[in-house]
Amino acid sequence: MKNENKIQYIYGIADNALILGQRLSELCGHGPNLETDIAMTNMALDLLGQTRSYYQYVAQLSGDGKTEDDIAFLRIERQYKNVLLVEQPNKHFGYVITRQFFYDVFHLLLLEELQNSNDETVAAIAKKGIKEVSYHQRFSSDWMKRLGDGTEESHQKVQEAVDDLWRYTDELFHMTDDDKIAVENGIGVNVATLREKYEQRIKEVFEEATLTIPETKWFQKGGKQGIHSEHMGYLLSDLQYMQRTYPNMKW
Amino acid sequence: MKNNWPLWEVFVRSKNGLEHRHFGSIHAADEEMALENARDVYTRRNEGVSIWVVESKHITASNPENNGELFEPAQDKVYRHPTFYTLPDEVKHM
Repeated sequence: MKNENKIQYIYGIADNALILGQRLSELCGHGPNLETDIAMTNMALDLLGQTRSYYQYVAQLSGDGKTEDDIAFLRIERQYKNVLLVEQPNKHFGYVITRQFFYDVFHLLLLEELQNSNDETVAAIAKKGIKEVSYHQRFSSDWMKRLGDGTEESHQKVQEAVDDLWRYTDELFHMTDDDKIAVENGIGVNVATLREKYEQRIKEVFEEATLTIPETKWFQKGGKQGIHSEHMGYLLSDLQYMQRTYPNMKW
Repeated sequence: MKNNWPLWEVFVRSKNGLEHRHFGSIHAADEEMALENARDVYTRRNEGVSIWVVESKHITASNPENNGELFEPAQDKVYRHPTFYTLPDEVKHM
């Protein structure tokens, strides 16, 4: 397997963690209350930590002197391979939790398989992430139940988020060319095979949460090919501002 | 958002073998949320191996106004401390 294919495969996983982490960190100091604010910032830091491990490995593989910071901050929009789901904005708390839940369930299934990758570094990063992501899934599942089976208003708001965000979940199970090459080489996970377990887990939580999966006929896709929604540019301008304005700036 | 969740007291055991200590309080709507909030607020820096939460209303506290009758009588009972007694030299390893 060529390094370039492996790098693209890793972007397909790491960029999700970076962009979701960025979305969560936007809420730092803006959470609905102190406890939830800290919880979401914790998750943002978990995801950012995972992102760094992946990007450090990419930097090592590419061997062209680029650092993890260059990879995080200096790519252009088309070069980010995250799914559309994770870049969707923090419209309200129901959206934040639903987006998190939809991603957490997938993320955990992915890492559980990825820890068996025959690339030792990828396997080790996945293994380390499992405990963090198990907690994320616990947190977001509990909140889905609490909001869904809460008051009339909380139910209506979280169902609205489900109806809007479900159309982004199909893309999670699409296989890119780099995914296929990674699977053939025993490095990657065939995400298409995770769908059944994914829907099962969503249904279990939705049953308790008294929420329903919408009958979506048309699903959004494109992020995995670098074709993003209109929100991505704004997110990146926030994320990249410091490095673009003060090149090579360090902490 | 108006926070009308009840208050909970958080007790964390720092290391295996040491007792739970009172760490502070948090707000939460239910027991699960109380544990999760306590974990996120008080164990972020690797402080804990075990958490207890209890809703603050379940704690019965002594009234500071009664401190005189509750605690002052113990002040002049120095003989209740082992250090009050001098040990004969023959007694070793105490």
